[in-house]
Parts: sequence; C-alpha cells; structure tokens
Amino acid sequence: MKKIILSLALALGVVAGAQASSDGMAWDKAPNKLNDMGALQNGAKIFVNHCLNCHSAAFMRYNRLKDIGLTEQQIKDNLLFTTEKVGDTMKSNIDPKQAKEWFGALPPDLTVIARSRAGHNGTGADYLYTYMRTFYRDETKPTGWNNLLFPNVGMPHVLWELQGERRAIFETHDGQQVFKGWEQIKPGTMNEQEYDQAVGDLVGYLQWMGEPAQTTRTRLGVFVLLFLAGFMFIAWRLNASYWKDVK
Amino acid sequence: MAEFKEISPNASAGEKLLNWVDNRFPASKMYKEHLSEYYAPKNFNFFYFFGSLAMLVLVIQIVTGIFLVMHYKPDAALAFASVEYIMRDVPWGWLIRYMHSTGASAFFIVVYMHMFRGLIYGSYRQPRELVWVFGCAIFLALMAEAFMGYLLPWGQMSYWGAQVIVNLFAAVPFIGPDLALLIRGDYVVGDATLNRFFSFHVIAVPLVLLGLVVAHIIALHEVGSNNPDGVEIKGPNAPKDANGHPLDGVPFHPYYTVHDILGVSGFLLVFSAVIFFAPEFGGYFLEYNNFIPADPLKTPLHIAPVWYFTPFYSMLRAITSEMMYVLIACVLAGAYFGAVKTNLPKIVKAGVVGAAVFVSLLMLSIDAKFWGVVVMGGAVVILFFLPWLDNCAVKSIRYRPDWHKYLYAVFVVNFLILGYLGVQPPSAIGERVSQVGSLFYFGFFLLMPIWSRIGETKPVPDRVTFTPH
Repeated sequence: MKKIILSLALALGVVAGAQASSDGMAWDKAPNKLNDMGALQNGAKIFVNHCLNCHSAAFMRYNRLKDIGLTEQQIKDNLLFTTEKVGDTMKSNIDPKQAKEWFGALPPDLTVIARSRAGHNGTGADYLYTYMRTFYRDETKPTGWNNLLFPNVGMPHVLWELQGERRAIFETHDGQQVFKGWEQIKPGTMNEQEYDQAVGDLVGYLQWMGEPAQTTRTRLGVFVLLFLAGFMFIAWRLNASYWKDVK
Repeated sequence: MAEFKEISPNASAGEKLLNWVDNRFPASKMYKEHLSEYYAPKNFNFFYFFGSLAMLVLVIQIVTGIFLVMHYKPDAALAFASVEYIMRDVPWGWLIRYMHSTGASAFFIVVYMHMFRGLIYGSYRQPRELVWVFGCAIFLALMAEAFMGYLLPWGQMSYWGAQVIVNLFAAVPFIGPDLALLIRGDYVVGDATLNRFFSFHVIAVPLVLLGLVVAHIIALHEVGSNNPDGVEIKGPNAPKDANGHPLDGVPFHPYYTVHDILGVSGFLLVFSAVIFFAPEFGGYFLEYNNFIPADPLKTPLHIAPVWYFTPFYSMLRAITSEMMYVLIACVLAGAYFGAVKTNLPKIVKAGVVGAAVFVSLLMLSIDAKFWGVVVMGGAVVILFFLPWLDNCAVKSIRYRPDWHKYLYAVFVVNFLILGYLGVQPPSAIGERVSQVGSLFYFGFFLLMPIWSRIGETKPVPDRVTFTPH
C-alpha cells in the first residue's frame, strides 16, 4: 500500500515539475510599497500622467486617493482634468476606435490589473514590475518597441523618456534565442536605480488600486483573530464545564 | 388534534404565553424532540463538528448573498463592474463579498469532511440510508449552486468555465445541442445565461437546498445519530436509565450546543484568517484570471474549474477514446463475471450479457466526450448507492479489518490526486494517472459488495468508547 502511495506521489511530483518549468521567464520581485504613502502618491502621479492617457481605471474613483494621504484639493489641483469631478472614476479620453487602430487591441482597464496578472511565477505586482522594466527597441515591430516578458506586445514603451532607449542582446544557442543583457542606446532622465524606484512606486500604486481596502482588511484581521482566539478560549472552558458531568 | 391544556391561573405571563402557543403550534414539543431531548451519542469526535458547521456556512452564504444581491447587477454589461463597485464603494462590501467567496470554498471543505466522516463510520448504513441519500442530494444541489454562482462575477474564468461545462451537455446524443441551447438561452454563454444562472443561484437552488437540509435533519432525528463506534445507543438492547434515556447519549442541548460553539470558534478562526489575510487563497478561491472581464473572443490558455470540482473534472478528462477500450473491457469483464460466477437464473444472465454487448456497442459508436460526462456524473450519482453497496458486517472503520483502513486511505489520497490533476493543464502523464485514479474511484464503489465482505472484523463493544473530559 505504501508503495502505491509512494508511486502516486512520485507521479504527482513529475507532473508538478513539468508544470513549473514551462512558465516562461522568471519575474523580478517587486518592492512592497503598500504602507509607503509617499511612494503610492508618486505612483499615482506617474499613473495619471503616463498610463491614464490610453488606459482607464474605470472602477476607481479619484476621491479614493484620500486613502493614500492626498487631500481633495490636492487631487483636484494635480490629478484631475478640468472637466472631471473628484467623485468620477478614472476614465481615459482615448477613442476606442483609434486605440484599436494604433495598438491592435483596446488597452485593458487597469483597476484590477495587479490582481489579474498573478501566477505561478509571482504576484501581479512582480509581473508588472518586470514588465515595465524589460521594454527594448525593436525596429521590426509596428510601434518600434518590444518586451522581454510579453513578446510582441502592442503597447509601446510609455516611460521611455525616464528610462531612455535600450537594446536587448540575444545569443543563439541550439536554435533558441537566449537573452544576454541590455545595451543603453539613449540615456533617459533617470539612471537605472531611479527608474527602478519610479516603476516600484507605480507598481505599488497599481497594487494598492487593485484593492484599496487591503490595508484596512489586514489591520482589521488582526483584531478579528485576537477576538476569536479569546472567544475560542471561553467556548473551550464553557464546553469543559458542561462536559465534566458526563461520565 | 392534541389535547388542549389548561394552565393554572397563578402561572407567570411567560408560561401562559407558551401554553397558549403550545396549544396551537408544537413549539415545546419540537424544542424537546430536536434539542433538549434529542439524545446524541456522547463519543462524537472531531469529525462530528462538520455537520453543524455546514449549517453555519449555509447561513453565512444566505445572509451575505442577500446583501450582495442588493448591489449586484445580473447584466453582462454591468456584472463585472458591479462586483468591483461592491469591493470599493459599498461600505463593508469587500468583507461581505470575501465572506461569500471564501464561504463557497469553505462549504465544500466542510461538506467533504462531513461526507468522509459518514463514509468511515458507516453513517449511511441501515437505518440511516435516507439520511445519506438526502445528503448526497444536498451535495448535488450544492454543486449546481456553486457552478451557477461562479458565473456571476463575469470574469474570464467565470465565462469560459461555464462555456466548457455547458458545452459538455452538447455531447449528449440526439438532444445534446438543443439541450445546451436551452441551458444557455443563446448560442454562446451570454446575457441570457447570466440572467438565468442568477435566478437559479439566488432562488431556485437555495430553495431546494433548504428543503433538502430540513429533510436531512428530520430523517437524522428520526433514526438518531451514528457515532465513531457505530454502536446503536437507542436500540432495544442498548443500556438506558430509569426514564428510558440512552446511557450512552447526552441531550443535544446543552451538551452538543456548547460543543458545537467550540467547533464554530475554531472554524471562524480559520475562516477569518483566510478572509482577512488570503482571500484569493493563492488563486484557488478567487482565480487570478477572473479579475479580467469576460471576453467571448479571447479564450484563456488554461481553463480550470474551481478546486472543489477538480476531482470530478479530472475523471471527465480521463475518458479519452483510448480509455474507452479499457471501459469496454471492464463492462465485458463484469458481464462475464455475472454470467459465469453467479447463480442467477439463465434468463437474467442472458439479459446481463445482452445489455453488456449493447452498452459496449454504444460505447464504441458515441464520442468519448459524452462518456466523460457520464463518468463525471456517475462519480457523484454512485454515492447515492453507497448504503446498498457496503456489505461489511460492521459499520465503523474502527472494527473493520485493518486492510480496509489502508484502502480508505488510498481512496482519499486518490481523490486528492485527482483534484490536483484537475487544476493542472492537461499532460500525458497526468492523463495516465487520472485514468488509473478514475478506475480506482469507480472500482472502490462498484466492487465494494465483494471486498467489503472479505477479512475478519473485530468485535464491536456493547457500549460506545468514551473517556470523560
């Protein structure tokens, strides 16, 4: 019987191993910025200035940004277009028809993007953090850009002014292209460290926006569990006091 | 009609009121029958928490469901947005939603544990067959409830999961395509599907579920609870006190109410830990793909049902056209056994062989996909027959031959492996393992009339084994 269990477990292991190896490139670990209000605010700024031109966050209201420490006035002054109200959701002004012409597909809504991109290789934040840092120049593509994590991506490198332009160096091994490293063609306004920091802030913001209640949730969770632990103690003693008579 | 009871004029107002009610509605009678004088065996162990926990989760699902329906929009254009609206703009909406989504998974965990308990302690044996049959019907209703509820968030997994499962019905010969059309209300899963699934999820199936739960409990209280020893505490020879109450039993209230409160506190601790710290549960309770709105034009690379369906989904995938030959061989072997090794009348034997040949021909001529559906459905339906498959002389695993314990252990491991494989994308080795697993699953039940008789059982004690706390 043990042999059967062992062989089944072994088969299971083989299946799991085969699964793990077929998932593409590894994702870099995104820094955790959920409790860093400054970073989240900076991320929100980058998001509004760079992403919101084409992408919407149609389930996210501007005034929810108060949760990351901004005042209503700050939101109005810095992040809103003149026609928008602070209670509106974050909608891009791009014409869907034009977007389809330009990129081949409608840019996806980004409200819960960080939640949807999680997978075997890491969290959705890890995915986005890797994705935004692996764009490179590729003249064979219609937009002139390609991405290591998402080959033939429809989106051009929106943050190129910050990162500058890079080329990816590939070597061919046994007929397969293997990524070797980066070559900076044009410098950006930021050095590599500053750029990683900025992308980290942006991804932190996207992660926060995916579920604005998440910090409240975990904070509250601690008290709920403490309460339940106390409740369990009382329930245990109550049960024991009744059952001590049962012989 | 029951006797009309007069009460002394000196009685308190509360007693008078109760008497007034009791003369018109069996309030005190029901309270006694189901709580204060319902005697349950005193040797319940850990596994006996899960029945009351299933009730608790049912209540959680109904109450959170009522609040979700206040804000949810069953409309293909609005459904996804309305769920995000609940998660963001509705005060405490995120908590209600996570309770409901975690509750769905918790329901299956609790129910699987409850069924496992019944399986190992023989709780389905005479006279509790109907308790088990109602329970299986509850499980079936629960599967329907979960499947239709999963469409409602209208994410990619919701959509394509429903698409795949409804398409299975199209594999039924002759009526299949029309049947699938009837279920969907459209040629693809669409707004019409969402509307009818919503209706079924919030009204039709919960009504059936509640009715079945009532039947399950009435049947249970009629025959009395089983226990880990499988000893009848209320039988004619069971020891009783001067009032005729079983010595091995305790009144459900207060003993098992306080006991279940302890179970509830433990359950809520785990349940809350998931809700507050891991509501997605690594993509198993809320699948990542389901945060992408449903898109009929974009099929996800890998469509997997939620974890609680995966053992059955694995069995569905195991039935390939290659596997059909194995199944045909099984059918013919069964017929041979029936014709040669039994003492049935000749006419019955001829019938058995004829039926086997006929079924084999059907199995050759109809697509394996259909038989996959039959196998998946059969894996649930076969549970209904368990009371009549088990021929062991004793009820409880405690007094069965030792090798039965190992067999049950393999059954559980096999079920878990099938569940694991159902989550994974198809692979050659996974297919083989799931085929062996499916054969084992069905073999376990179909051969039970034979194997359950083999081996020496241990003597069953007259009283339950109980150590005072």
